[in-house]
Amino acid sequence: MTTTIERPELIEPEDPGGPDLHGPAAQHGDGDHGHHEGPSGLLNWLTSTDHKMIGKSYMITSLVIFFIAGVMALVIRAQLTSPTASIVSFQNYNVLFTMHGSLMLYLFAGPFAFGGLANYIVPLQVGAPDMAFPRLNALSYWLYLGGSVTMLSSFFVAGGAASYGWVAYAPLSNAINSPGAGADLWLMSLGLTGFSAIFTAVNLVATIFYLRAPGMTMFRVPIFSWNMLVTGILILIAFPVLFGAVVLLFCDRHFGTHIYSVQGGGVPVLWQHLFWFFGHPEVYILALPYFGMVTDILPVFSRKPLFGYKGMVFATMSIAALSTGVWAHHMFTTGVVLLPFFSLLSYLIAVPTGIKFFNWIGTMWGGQLSFQTPMLFSMGFLFAFLMGGVTGVLLASPPVDFMTHDTYFVVAHFHQVLIGTTVFAGFAGFYFWYPKMFGRMMNERLGKLHFWSLFIGFWVTFIPQYQLGLAGMPRRVADYLPTNGWTTMNVVSTVGAFIIGASFLFFFVNLWVSWRSPVAAGDNPWDGGALEWFTSSPPPHHNFTHLPPIRSERPTWDYNHPEHHKEHRQGAPPQPDTEKVGASS
Amino acid sequence: MRVDGLFLIFIGVFFGIIAVVYWFFSYEDAGFLMLIGSALLGLLPGSYYLWWAHNMKPQVDDDPDASIAEGAGTVDAFPGSSIWPFILGMGAMFAVLTFVFGLWLAPIAAALIVSAAIGVTVESRRGGAV
Repeated sequence: MTTTIERPELIEPEDPGGPDLHGPAAQHGDGDHGHHEGPSGLLNWLTSTDHKMIGKSYMITSLVIFFIAGVMALVIRAQLTSPTASIVSFQNYNVLFTMHGSLMLYLFAGPFAFGGLANYIVPLQVGAPDMAFPRLNALSYWLYLGGSVTMLSSFFVAGGAASYGWVAYAPLSNAINSPGAGADLWLMSLGLTGFSAIFTAVNLVATIFYLRAPGMTMFRVPIFSWNMLVTGILILIAFPVLFGAVVLLFCDRHFGTHIYSVQGGGVPVLWQHLFWFFGHPEVYILALPYFGMVTDILPVFSRKPLFGYKGMVFATMSIAALSTGVWAHHMFTTGVVLLPFFSLLSYLIAVPTGIKFFNWIGTMWGGQLSFQTPMLFSMGFLFAFLMGGVTGVLLASPPVDFMTHDTYFVVAHFHQVLIGTTVFAGFAGFYFWYPKMFGRMMNERLGKLHFWSLFIGFWVTFIPQYQLGLAGMPRRVADYLPTNGWTTMNVVSTVGAFIIGASFLFFFVNLWVSWRSPVAAGDNPWDGGALEWFTSSPPPHHNFTHLPPIRSERPTWDYNHPEHHKEHRQGAPPQPDTEKVGASS
Repeated sequence: MRVDGLFLIFIGVFFGIIAVVYWFFSYEDAGFLMLIGSALLGLLPGSYYLWWAHNMKPQVDDDPDASIAEGAGTVDAFPGSSIWPFILGMGAMFAVLTFVFGLWLAPIAAALIVSAAIGVTVESRRGGAV
């Protein structure tokens, strides 16, 4: 059944005093507007085209994937604790690190951000009733779920899952070196999830371009949605290349072509070109949404508007643009790429990233900081991403890269980048928007315990790995010699990894507590400024019954705090009330 | 519309410059072609958007002074619940599994995809413009 959606009605600010944390929706929302008839239970999950339902499905699926891949990481770390450990066979070790990387990168980090949180939050932030193409949105989720099932099912076929690393470099991933259905299932899974990502990107771009509320000009769209727009464009650039590369590899494996093999006149390094032309933008497809979350969270808990809004937008665009010109910095040691070009462009990315850091600090500077769980996770992100980013600048230098290529230094670098973004910023976003999505609060104390245990475990795990890399330990090895002198640092790193694993117990307990004894959140528990905090928690079907006037990038704040409004401040003398009192007495 | 168009044009111009520089620096085919593709991805929709921005009446979502009342009326028509995206997604999964496990899966995939195509079309006709 198709429904025609009318624009929500205007609601003017009427209560000039104090923050209205219960929100206008609670006062003015009439029940019929949000009423929605449809199937419930399992059938609702299967048939829903509501962006909120699909977003939640995405989030739950990707978190399940995250925990499966996290357990794999713990097995990997356990294997490396002592030089001669034999917890898993060498073949299974290869499978584990391949699937850990593949699940985390293809099936958790991206879908959690652009399928889960973005799907839920972007239409709310721009004042839209739904995504632009709701049924395409549902199809994205089913392709993603199909891709996830395909990849996980590869554990159960003869020969086991793929074992050539998440990058599937060419001679190793051909039919002779990696036979079996597991590798094929891996390729097919990438095809399905790739199309899921492309459809979601189309949806996000169309929603932000076409479904903004009146007055919500492009430069009033909150930074999270801006970053999702840029991420959408990056997906449209990168994922078709991956799909093409995967199809060609499949042809090499089964149809007798020689695109990536030297025997038939092909070029193995072509795979690396195609893969990293996808792979490096992919890093920013994973990072930019999380930058956006942090950019939306910091102002709320600093009680200040964002410092340098337009600077943030242009920094995001520059990062995205540059990220597509640096793919071969993963291929320095192949000896066939242009070192100065890729090195220079890689260095340049540090500039817009630096602008972002400057603006994040500028936002917090002089603000009234309150260290609630989302804020703690956001600040954890700042530290983690700074360390990962600075070591990334080191690796952009070809001499350093030749030294450290394929060592644990690189492993530590990209884990700090990716855990900084997807885990710290990702859970910041989760704790921040959870009240909006489910109408109940997370427990603050458990959230803080989660943060601190994760933060400590994070540094204990990865700082030794930098040193291991500099001491020469290569990545993707299942054992090493006692005489290498790597044992102590590996033990420390494993201890840290298990602290990270244990920190998620607090998260589970927190979820359980919030479901068993819910604390009602109200519409706007953090006194946030963007439009998603204007509607009820959880929002009604098609999101808004009323909209405030949109005159800045934080309309909800303007509505709740008319005394702070810019025009109000400029138009009125400093203290009109005092004058009035003086005149009457 | 104008900002959207300029945003896409910026992408196209940037990749155009990078592609030219890269070609004369390296003479490497794969990267050059992918950069050209990226440039077109920005330029084609970007110029289309700019053309529309020029020829369309100003939109309320681009007007910084627009009131909510000015945008009153229909936003758009949105589809309700539908089982067909699920059927189509499962059809796509069986279609790719055909390449791995053999042609015996192809009829299942074809049946799911064709039924989803028919289902979506019928649903759209019944529900009016989508």
